Amino acid sequence: MSVALASQPLRSRPRNRVTRFLSNERLLYGLAGIVVFLLAWELGSRTGIINEYFFGRPTGIVEAGIREVQTPRFWGDLAASFFEFASGFVLAIILGVPVGLAAGRFRRLQYALDPWLNFFNSLPRIALLPVLVIMFGVFGPWSKIAVVFLGAFFSIVIPTMQGVRTTDKRFVDVARSFRASERLMFRSVVIPSTVPFIITGLRLGVARALIGVVTAELYTQTEGIGVLIRRATENSDANRALFGVLLFTISGIVGVESVRRIEARYQKWRPATSLDRR
Amino acid sequence: MDKGLALQARDVRMEYVDQATGDRLLAVDRVDIDITEGEFVSIVGPSGCGKSTFLKIVNGLFPATAGTIEIRQSAKGVAHAMVFQDSSLFPWYTIIDNVAYGLICQGVSKKDAQRRAQPLIDLVSLTGFESKFPYQLSGGMQQRANLARALTVDPEILLMDEPFAALDAQTRELMQAELLRIWSEANKTVLFITHQIDEAIYLSDRVLVMSARPGRILADITIDLPRPRQLEIKRTPEFITYADQIWGLIAKQLKPHIHDKAAHPGGEAVA
Repeated sequence: MSVALASQPLRSRPRNRVTRFLSNERLLYGLAGIVVFLLAWELGSRTGIINEYFFGRPTGIVEAGIREVQTPRFWGDLAASFFEFASGFVLAIILGVPVGLAAGRFRRLQYALDPWLNFFNSLPRIALLPVLVIMFGVFGPWSKIAVVFLGAFFSIVIPTMQGVRTTDKRFVDVARSFRASERLMFRSVVIPSTVPFIITGLRLGVARALIGVVTAELYTQTEGIGVLIRRATENSDANRALFGVLLFTISGIVGVESVRRIEARYQKWRPATSLDRR
Repeated sequence: MDKGLALQARDVRMEYVDQATGDRLLAVDRVDIDITEGEFVSIVGPSGCGKSTFLKIVNGLFPATAGTIEIRQSAKGVAHAMVFQDSSLFPWYTIIDNVAYGLICQGVSKKDAQRRAQPLIDLVSLTGFESKFPYQLSGGMQQRANLARALTVDPEILLMDEPFAALDAQTRELMQAELLRIWSEANKTVLFITHQIDEAIYLSDRVLVMSARPGRILADITIDLPRPRQLEIKRTPEFITYADQIWGLIAKQLKPHIHDKAAHPGGEAVA
């Protein structure tokens, strides 16, 4: 008696551009999902099944966007939001990474910081917003930068600290064996093995920082894309408000993608695992 | 230290405190070792006997509790360098940067260090792999790089801590032959730790047999086999006689445990 095994011929990767695109099911179905949803939304509002007045309409959002980018105020709002986000986030990196490295390296420093890290990590940071406005003022970017900073700082410090603490002893022994100075040990062993943790922190930080920008702007109502959204809803202009939301979404995607780029640059030495397949 | 000696260890003892139980444990006890310049000496012993610990004491990674270790140091190069067990290359450095690491630790500029690492890369037959990362190399090639890294600092004595333990049997045999070739070219004193008896005999001028914990030197066996040695030597009667003699000494170290298990079937072994 014999058992028949189903055989499967090995398919090679298609060379042709079009066939390769058509064989990339992930991309193909992803695009199809977007198109179907947008079409249904568009047709729904045009036929009146969906009330455009409240729910907007895809092409309406595009039209609102085109109108919006022609106003000088829009560019001011965009610049304000970008400035708040960028300065808060960069400040969080500049301070968060060294603090995390130091706290991971020096046990006593970690013990001293632990209560504060726990305190700020448990605290819903948005609750601090009114207080920060008192401290840093409604006008000007400072209260918003503070919110963004607080959002991202702790997301960066905690993983960085853990990364240093989980440095592989084997590599520390190698560095000791060759009599590496403390500085070289840090540069050649501790930091490279902590990079993946720092990247994780940055990724979490981008999301938190963005939440910070939106809530701070909605609350203080001075300038920024958050204010654009609020103004649009006050005029019951759903399309224009959704255009603002779209801008934040795009910023989030750009932010996460930039982090991914940084990661790829510093992780060349890592073998690609099957989990990395995109 | 006596003339012509590369290493002289006297009455080395190492105690440590078990962090879990708080007990004081004796890892290595009353170890006396003399190694002549240019000699290849192996320490074999049952696993957990303290042979790796002894090597790490020589390397300065652990402090000895008592005793002295003297290592000859010439004007150039360093006294000793370690070839670690598997995957001790920094995965984030290329092969050339890994091999040059010891020199970087001495404050040599990156460019100079790489230039001085190149001949060692050639010696271990890794030419062409300089800019690869460790994960792109096989286990055997990684251990070649590991060996080159230790040789780059020009150590008086090369310390090798079971460097081939993680390799498959065929690769291990080839690496043993390669190591003898490199040893004769590099002209180094070697202290080699292994739990593999045939590896120790094949490589060494002398094999030191270590007892179960606490590690003591039980026997000092001179391996009187002609050099250069081919791998075929492992099948000669002389080689097998050495292997039997050493295995006899090690088996005695393992026996008490076997007896205890047999005497208390189902119960905990009393070591």
